[in-house]
Amino acid sequence: MKAKIIITPKKAVLDPQGQAVLNALEHMGYEGVRAAHVGRYLELEINEKTDTVSGQIQEACERFLSNPVIEDYRIEWETTAEA
Amino acid sequence: MSQSSNSNVESACQRLQFGVVRFPGSNSDQDCIHAVESMGHEARYIWHKDTDLGGVDAVLVPGGFSYGDYLRAGAIARLSPVMHAVAQFAEAGGLVMGICNGFQILCEAGLLPGALIRNRSLQFRSEFVHLKVMHDQSPFTQCTQDGTLLRIPIAHGEGCYYADEKTLAEMEENRQILWKYATSSGDLEEHANPNGSVQHIAGVCSREGNVAGLMPHPERACQQIIGSDDGQLVFKSIIQHFTQTH
Repeated sequence: MKAKIIITPKKAVLDPQGQAVLNALEHMGYEGVRAAHVGRYLELEINEKTDTVSGQIQEACERFLSNPVIEDYRIEWETTAEA
Repeated sequence: MSQSSNSNVESACQRLQFGVVRFPGSNSDQDCIHAVESMGHEARYIWHKDTDLGGVDAVLVPGGFSYGDYLRAGAIARLSPVMHAVAQFAEAGGLVMGICNGFQILCEAGLLPGALIRNRSLQFRSEFVHLKVMHDQSPFTQCTQDGTLLRIPIAHGEGCYYADEKTLAEMEENRQILWKYATSSGDLEEHANPNGSVQHIAGVCSREGNVAGLMPHPERACQQIIGSDDGQLVFKSIIQHFTQTH
């Protein structure tokens, strides 16, 4: 089982990287893109998704993996084949 | 800053011992020690694994790239054992100043409001800037006056200060904004803001006032031979405040 954590800058926060990517895309001729946001992606591998594990990962996102002052996060779960 | 005013402040003050926290990746720790010693005070390193600050009078959290800035600048460093001791020291009213990466660490630790994000220019900026003192009644600014300009260098890639509007309003109300980036004539203009910080903020303090952080490096501006000694005023403020309160 995998917890995929996607961290993005909050809407109100300046995102110069996203802006630079958007500018580059426009420069390359990709004109259909309205906005770009650059964030961070983490994968946490776990043995089993229980309420406890799920709660712990959510807590870790709030206390450590993201900074709630500047970032939002969301967690997506993926079932993986056992190694 | 005249030589005579320097010696007056020094002669009336106690000899302090500063503790300089050392993380893997700190790089301004030696500069801090040198600045403090060159002003006639004592300084010693505090290893990041230490859980005791050894009775120092004030704590400096220096600049650098602690833990490689992995995840976010300061995010890992603030989990170091020493930071628990620093938080307790601050809770008890001790003076703590974070410089550059130290500022990022104190924000990540929740000892200071807000956060530091990537410079708006996306460039690492290393240059002299002018800081305007916004509140001269703080332990970190009391040897200056409102409007005093300090010429001090910066060296950072993630120094764009951010806090939401509600937090900024509270900080303004509590006089927590200590320094802003300004032009050499003291104007708060966009072109004098090297990183895009909200409201040109360069440094702030905690609600209680005894913890401060700033992106510029006062310890690298403590001797004329390296371009400026304006940074001494920040250290002198700490020293004077400590002397007055102990």
